[in-house]
Amino acid sequence: MAEAEPIIRVRGLTNGFGKQLVHDGLDLDVRRGEILGVVGGSGTGKSVLMRSIIGLQTPQQGEITVFGEPMIGRDEEEAKHVRRRWGVLFQGGALFSTLTVAENVQVPIREFFPGIGQELMDEIAAYKISMSGLPADAGAKFPAELSGGMRKRAGIARALGLDPELLFLDEPTAGLDPIGAAAFDQLIGELRDALGLTVFLITHDLDTLHAICDRVAVLADRKVVAVGTIAELMALDHAWIQEYFNGPRGRVAANIAEREEAAT
Amino acid sequence: MTVTPDFARHVEDGRCVLRFSGNLTLLRVRKLSEQLEAIEADRLVVDLTEVERMDTVGAWLVHKLERDRGAKIVGATEDQQTLIDHVAAADQPVKVRREHEPPFRQVLFELGTATQTAMGTMVGLLGFLGAMIISTGNIIRHPRRFRFNAVVMRFDVVGVRALGIIGLMSFLVGIVIAQQGAVQLRQFGAEIYTINLIGRSAVKELGVLMTAIMVAGRSGSAFAAQLGSMKLNEEVDAMRTIGVSPMEALVFPRVLATVLMMPLLGFYAAIMAIIGGGIFTWMSLDIPPITFVQRIREVVPDTDLYQSLIKAPVFGLIIAMAGCYQGLQVEGSAEEVGLRTTTAVVQGIFMVIVLDAFFAVFFTGIGWL
Repeated sequence: MAEAEPIIRVRGLTNGFGKQLVHDGLDLDVRRGEILGVVGGSGTGKSVLMRSIIGLQTPQQGEITVFGEPMIGRDEEEAKHVRRRWGVLFQGGALFSTLTVAENVQVPIREFFPGIGQELMDEIAAYKISMSGLPADAGAKFPAELSGGMRKRAGIARALGLDPELLFLDEPTAGLDPIGAAAFDQLIGELRDALGLTVFLITHDLDTLHAICDRVAVLADRKVVAVGTIAELMALDHAWIQEYFNGPRGRVAANIAEREEAAT
Repeated sequence: MTVTPDFARHVEDGRCVLRFSGNLTLLRVRKLSEQLEAIEADRLVVDLTEVERMDTVGAWLVHKLERDRGAKIVGATEDQQTLIDHVAAADQPVKVRREHEPPFRQVLFELGTATQTAMGTMVGLLGFLGAMIISTGNIIRHPRRFRFNAVVMRFDVVGVRALGIIGLMSFLVGIVIAQQGAVQLRQFGAEIYTINLIGRSAVKELGVLMTAIMVAGRSGSAFAAQLGSMKLNEEVDAMRTIGVSPMEALVFPRVLATVLMMPLLGFYAAIMAIIGGGIFTWMSLDIPPITFVQRIREVVPDTDLYQSLIKAPVFGLIIAMAGCYQGLQVEGSAEEVGLRTTTAVVQGIFMVIVLDAFFAVFFTGIGWL
């Protein structure tokens, strides 16, 4: 695989529900090893874009390649070896409610590597659970017994189950307390460095954007209107981007990020 | 992708050196962990110089060697070392399985829980009936809070839309009774009594009972599932916070609609069963419809109809209450919606049949034979 080839390549993506178009000729590249933040106002189709890339939604038009392989129109079996290489965290965690957290984490491993012994599986589940910041007794609990933030962490533990190369995160820090959100940012950053992860991150969290995202893609007007570092985006003359990054919250987050950089 | 063999092993300065190569990832981990178990030497040195790619599972294996066997790690790149440190930091005692009780205690535990649930449900249903009566009183005192549209909508869902399936079912049941009755009664030369059998069983028992079972399956379950999902979605809580009583807004319209629809549906079912039986007797016993209708009017007393018209609203009340009660008991997960829905139907049908037996004894007692 050539280095220059982007991990995710979206060209001319058009999505719509009924008469309403969500995406109209959307282009996007995600490079290997980067954390790409995807931002946009509510209803600009951030989640739809993610669902299209991971194959949960068939777009009306356009092409999508992941790891250099076309994803549209593939049947389940063919797509399986690509699915093995990514992990997805859905907005609400989407844990299987009939399984305990530990079993949830083991589901993908069991599916793709059925021969691994139970003892090793339990060990893997245990360190993944503790890596995603869950307390020690969480492994044996059912999702219904967890709080919203803990469910999210369990979802992350499951997404990391197969040690994926590519991670899709849909608003991972929404609903986490600031300390937990910061710890999560750090976790993603470190995993990216250690595992060479590529992360596709949908977020509204300006702190996350400043802390870990290499580039940010802005969705507006049914397209990706700009991709670049936050500094590059802020230099652009686009009303929504200006308001987003230079609004009161954007400035606070930028200041904090600057201070942190100065401290290190 | 390189899939190289596992690891080379040699002795250096009296220490056993394990030199891993290639990818130290989940793909290879199964064989590797078995092989590593087999090594008995102490004082291990783990050489990672030739490892191309390592994921957290690989790091976990290395960490385990370090933790359990006192292995020394050499040749790890900075990233690999970070990863190992990460995994090591995550090596906390985590409870992965639920604790299991010994079987005997488990049985006792389940028995106890089941008894407790049954008792709890009895008390809960009684409380629910009380709450129902209170909210009915409230609605009577403040007629403006009566949700006319909601009730009419439930009429449609519970009553009108059930006409097709209940009609067809009753029609077929009527044919079956006629056919079975005719076969038996022919032995006495009393085929004409088939009409008594059809008329009385349909009007007195079967019409309303079969309808109750169908309504429990159609509407009782739907109530439980609807209210259950609303509960999960926090809609019921939102309603309560706004100041709308879920009893008045959700439960009352459903219960009222079922109570009012049940007698109508039961009567309709009885008529359909009689029509089914009539067609059968006409076709195979050569009893003309005129005779059939005359005979039905003679043999079916008014009290049979009264009985079913008294029973039907009570059955409707029970079915709707079981459905709504179970729906509002949902907590936690989507799985519970399914469980509660099943319980609602089973409970509804069970209580209907038990009550039907009581009604039969009672009506016989007051001389409505």
